[in-house]
Amino acid sequence: MAAPAIGSMTFRYAFRGSFTDTHDCFGYARHPVRPDHPKSPEIGGDKPVTIQATDAVLLDIHERMVRIRIFEEEAGKLMENGKVPGALHLYVGQEAVAAGVMAHLEDSDHITSTHRGHGHVVAKGGQFNEMYAELYGKAAGYCKGRGGSMHICNMEIGMLGANGIVGGGIPIAMGAAFSKKFRKTKEVAASFFGDGASNEGSFHEAANMAALYKLPLILVCENNGFGEYTRQDNHQAIVDVADRAAGYGMPGVVVDGMDAIAVYEAAGEAVARARNGEGPTLLECKTYRFYDHVGVRGMGLSYRTDEEVDAWKQRDPIKLIEEKLIEQGIITKRKISAIHKRIREEAMAAIKFAEDSPLPDPDGLLEDVYYVQA
Amino acid sequence: MAEAQLKDDQAPRKLAYVNAITEGIAEAMREESQAFLAGEDVAGAGSVFGYTGGLLEEFGADRVIDTPISEKGIMGLGVGAAATGCRPIIDLMFMDFLGECMDEVANQMAKMRYMFGGHARLPVTVLTMSGAGMSLAAQHSQSLEVWLTHLPGLKVVAPATPYDAKGLIISACRDDNPVFVLLNKLSLALQGEVPEGAYEVPIGKANVMREGKNLTLIAYSRMVHEAMQAADQLKEFGIDAEVIDLRSLSPLDTDTIIESVKKTHRAVIVHEAVRFSGFGGELAAQIQELAFDYLDAPVGRVGAPFSPVPYSPSLEQSYMPNAKRIVAETRRLLGV
Repeated sequence: MAAPAIGSMTFRYAFRGSFTDTHDCFGYARHPVRPDHPKSPEIGGDKPVTIQATDAVLLDIHERMVRIRIFEEEAGKLMENGKVPGALHLYVGQEAVAAGVMAHLEDSDHITSTHRGHGHVVAKGGQFNEMYAELYGKAAGYCKGRGGSMHICNMEIGMLGANGIVGGGIPIAMGAAFSKKFRKTKEVAASFFGDGASNEGSFHEAANMAALYKLPLILVCENNGFGEYTRQDNHQAIVDVADRAAGYGMPGVVVDGMDAIAVYEAAGEAVARARNGEGPTLLECKTYRFYDHVGVRGMGLSYRTDEEVDAWKQRDPIKLIEEKLIEQGIITKRKISAIHKRIREEAMAAIKFAEDSPLPDPDGLLEDVYYVQA
Repeated sequence: MAEAQLKDDQAPRKLAYVNAITEGIAEAMREESQAFLAGEDVAGAGSVFGYTGGLLEEFGADRVIDTPISEKGIMGLGVGAAATGCRPIIDLMFMDFLGECMDEVANQMAKMRYMFGGHARLPVTVLTMSGAGMSLAAQHSQSLEVWLTHLPGLKVVAPATPYDAKGLIISACRDDNPVFVLLNKLSLALQGEVPEGAYEVPIGKANVMREGKNLTLIAYSRMVHEAMQAADQLKEFGIDAEVIDLRSLSPLDTDTIIESVKKTHRAVIVHEAVRFSGFGGELAAQIQELAFDYLDAPVGRVGAPFSPVPYSPSLEQSYMPNAKRIVAETRRLLGV
């Protein structure tokens, strides 16, 4: 299928929605979230793939995904057992998105994240010790116990924080992208946000400015089908958030967010565009969260069925990539088990480190409110 | 850093408040290559208040940037760029537009350093215009400083004079924290001495504009000038008023205020913002906490009535505090 031409630009992954017969957003305005969300014919089809993952990259993506999964599984247990204070929003089910995008980024590239931010930190290279310590509110945590789960960050690896405000990170990532262009670097910025955030004014203002100034920004929409507990078809009248890209004059791409390799390929193109000075891309990844909005079992609200969750779990992103790795002879089942075991042990050791670490000194409450010249 | 240079044989140079703002921005951008100015109509149009005129010509379109009318985007630009190595100067055309970007200000800019355990540094300066008096009505005339002073992590300054406008902008731009510089639209034509070159007015330091013995008038922004006039008029009632220009609201120079009140034993606070729940409440509370035994009269407050800013000149005059009202309130409190 030929990519539709928009103005003077032609995009390989193609704009979605009203530009194709199958995705007329008005005709499908009440389209349910389903595990077998149709893959776009433009994606993974006969398009000339310029970004192809090598074996080493595939293994790297897999490692990042397993690290996220295990970190989150253990974090969920800690929360449900009352070991950590506060609320954790867990990333289980969405690992392919963070891993597929982050595999293209360097420490000098910046990202902003969401309230569901642990996965982005892990995928960007965050260490378990400092992460669990932060969840425990310990002084050894990435934010010295001042931020917690919803503000976890690591400036040294370009991670500009999880963000408790839906849509809060998008203008900041746009500002970081501006900074990269202003300073004439080849660095990029990426902002992760959900389908819910795509209804916030901050998304629209940042998207418009990013396109206007041709900033090196990748807007990664993790469409997990829900804004908190509200189903997508109950919070917006479109099926593909990527449709909104057309309104700002940037490419909008839909990709299967359970397929890490597809995410990697689509993100690779968006990152390349950004590094080449060609401006931002809106990359929508269709995904699903296996846990509740908060915690694992969450508040027990009846907003989705177990059948729906189970159906999506059939396309567990880690299962999908492991099947592919084994099928292609890149790795054996036994080696995969060894990876899981190694990372699980690392997580357990990090949890012990966090438990054994001291809490912050209460007298230090006011430190870091302001920068004070030494 | 270059110090203020005044030649002995020359009269001090006078400049309007509006031009002092321009010079402050220009000096800050000359000394710091990572500084840029972004906001609505700041480049091509030179700002609706005229204070960014000539900056595009000097610094070019890469560093003087017109933005869409998107305050969330503009403020986010400032936060993200500051966190990643730039020193943005953000122009928020009217302070009233804070409502469009309060998340970026209150939840992101003010808190990022703290939430990140001190790992972020945000050297961003926000210039914004406050105040009534031009019949711009309820959405372009407000003094909303308490929206900002209530936020730990921000610094807030409010220059009353051309000298302070330039010096505080330079200090704000050299600061590694987010600083809001609250400008005043009715003061744009105000003339005052402004040295050439770069100089700082320290943030967090009040200025005793006039010394006095038995009353302290505490004001900031344009109300400093009303307080000075009131001090003149109060002489005929036997009141020798000291006038303090706070210049900086956060951090606040509590020492200068308390030292003065301990000397004069009386205080009246003046601001243009609505009196109820205004910054004067904080000042009055601090005075009674720290100098209760020295007070010979209740601490007075002069501010706008509990009303949106009106449009019609007659209503607006009735709304805005002025010297006459300061004199009347002082006489009422002191029984003279």
